[in-house]
Amino acid sequence: MDTSSQNNLLYRSSKYYLLLPSYFWVIVFFILPLILLFTISFASKQTYGGYEINFHLDNYARAIDPIYLKIAIRTFFYSITTTIFCFLLGYPIAYYISFTDGFKKVVLMFLILLPFWTNFLIRVYSWNTILGSYGLINSSLISLGVIDTPFDLLNNYISVNIGLLYGELPYMVLPIVASIDRIDRSILEASSDLGASKYYTFFNVTLPLSMPGIISGVVFVLIPTLGQFVIPDLLGGNDSFMIGNIITNQFIVVRDWPFGSTLSVYMMGFVMIPLYLYLRYSKLSLNSVIS
Amino acid sequence: MSRKNDLKFGRGKSVILLTIVGFIFLYTPIIVLIIYSFNYSRFSSTWGGWSLQWYYKLFDDSSMWLAIKNSLLIGIVSTIFATILGTMSALVIKRFVFKTKTLFTNLLFVPIVIPEIVLGILLLLLYNLIKLELGLTSIILAHITFSIPFVTLVVLNNLKNFDSTIEEVGMDLGATPWQIFWKITFPNISTGILAGALLAFTLSIEDFTITFFTSGPGATTLPLKIYSMIKFGITPEINAISTLLVLFTTIILGVMYFILNKQEKKILT
Repeated sequence: MDTSSQNNLLYRSSKYYLLLPSYFWVIVFFILPLILLFTISFASKQTYGGYEINFHLDNYARAIDPIYLKIAIRTFFYSITTTIFCFLLGYPIAYYISFTDGFKKVVLMFLILLPFWTNFLIRVYSWNTILGSYGLINSSLISLGVIDTPFDLLNNYISVNIGLLYGELPYMVLPIVASIDRIDRSILEASSDLGASKYYTFFNVTLPLSMPGIISGVVFVLIPTLGQFVIPDLLGGNDSFMIGNIITNQFIVVRDWPFGSTLSVYMMGFVMIPLYLYLRYSKLSLNSVIS
Repeated sequence: MSRKNDLKFGRGKSVILLTIVGFIFLYTPIIVLIIYSFNYSRFSSTWGGWSLQWYYKLFDDSSMWLAIKNSLLIGIVSTIFATILGTMSALVIKRFVFKTKTLFTNLLFVPIVIPEIVLGILLLLLYNLIKLELGLTSIILAHITFSIPFVTLVVLNNLKNFDSTIEEVGMDLGATPWQIFWKITFPNISTGILAGALLAFTLSIEDFTITFFTSGPGATTLPLKIYSMIKFGITPEINAISTLLVLFTTIILGVMYFILNKQEKKILT
């Protein structure tokens, strides 16, 4: 055998060297814990914070108790309103940016990317400086003599929704800019040459063609919002808790891991089933949503 | 798109208005935060004059320095491993056909689309099962796990423009797979690998949720430190560290933009 075909064999066999480490990683750090999560979700809590595996459905029944159901519904409500507001505010920004060019576009993209790359906690916390008892709004109103004692603008559903919108907005804008950028400008020109108004062109050409970006944006806003716990934790009160807060509480404070696992299984179902169905229905792959 | 927007698409009054509102919404909190960080007064309700005292306090805080050190250590180690594993996965996905390819690819990318909190809990359950003590190691392993798919994605994107027949030519001319990688593949996709590594590093430095579930006592990262500062008593020090981080992000992003712009020009000319 000459060196060339020997190397050819080596090259083909490199498949296994390249594949094995990642496969091992996916199995150990993802598949195994996933099996573990399902198993523990059917387990019982032990007094000292551990769990005993004795398959039963008590946790699943407990999770649909009205107390938790109410929080689940609230989580959905918050996620949907956040997605809608992100779209309503994000699309015009993306549309505007996509139709600029040169230095102006570089600057605007930079201004969208900066909050995107800035630490999430800081972005959430920054609303304290606006809404807090010593924040911009209260201190302005006090110094103007409108009020004597500060309003409690934090710790309610409005502050949580503002935080969610603020946190997720860049995730909506970026994929939409990318998808409008990809639209061939001559199509839009043709539309207007054939007598369509800008309004008509937008709703019949631009908007449908930017659909892939909208879908990615919706996925990227909806999923993190459904799993959110930091924003209600920092900007909300007891009446604005989301499922994420309950899960965190079960794992960190109450130490009821089986129930926490059950709630996590529910949450994964809420996220993965619609995503899977959508991908199947639209014949898209996970790859195309992500990139 | 370098084409001139002669027809003035996206220049309606309502689009311009909403864009302005959007940018005001995005920047007001950040700007107010930066101004307050220079406020002498402890309470932001009163303006006590310009001062750097919160920055001095920050520099004297040894726990802050420890958190920064931990974050950098975790970021560097996890980036190295995630970049190697992510690049390997990308190469195998691009080069070969194998039975479980679709399954493998989908499983690899699932960590990107499941909520972070669930991934954090999955890893916590795993560490508890294998009795791995929560600390720097557990955080590093967690960060490698969530960074791999992002690196794979970026490198895979870069590989799209790479003609793999060059690899086959190298092979026919007698190069070993190792030589092929370092002499042919790597120089061609080094930009993608670098971009993937930068992404992995940024994700690691920024991550709060997954770190929150996989960290133990004595292994505080910068985001965890900031969280506890916000949670247990808001002090103006948070405004100061936030301002520094915004400045840091601006510089890093500016440099990345500069490099990318230069490269694009190189490709064009």
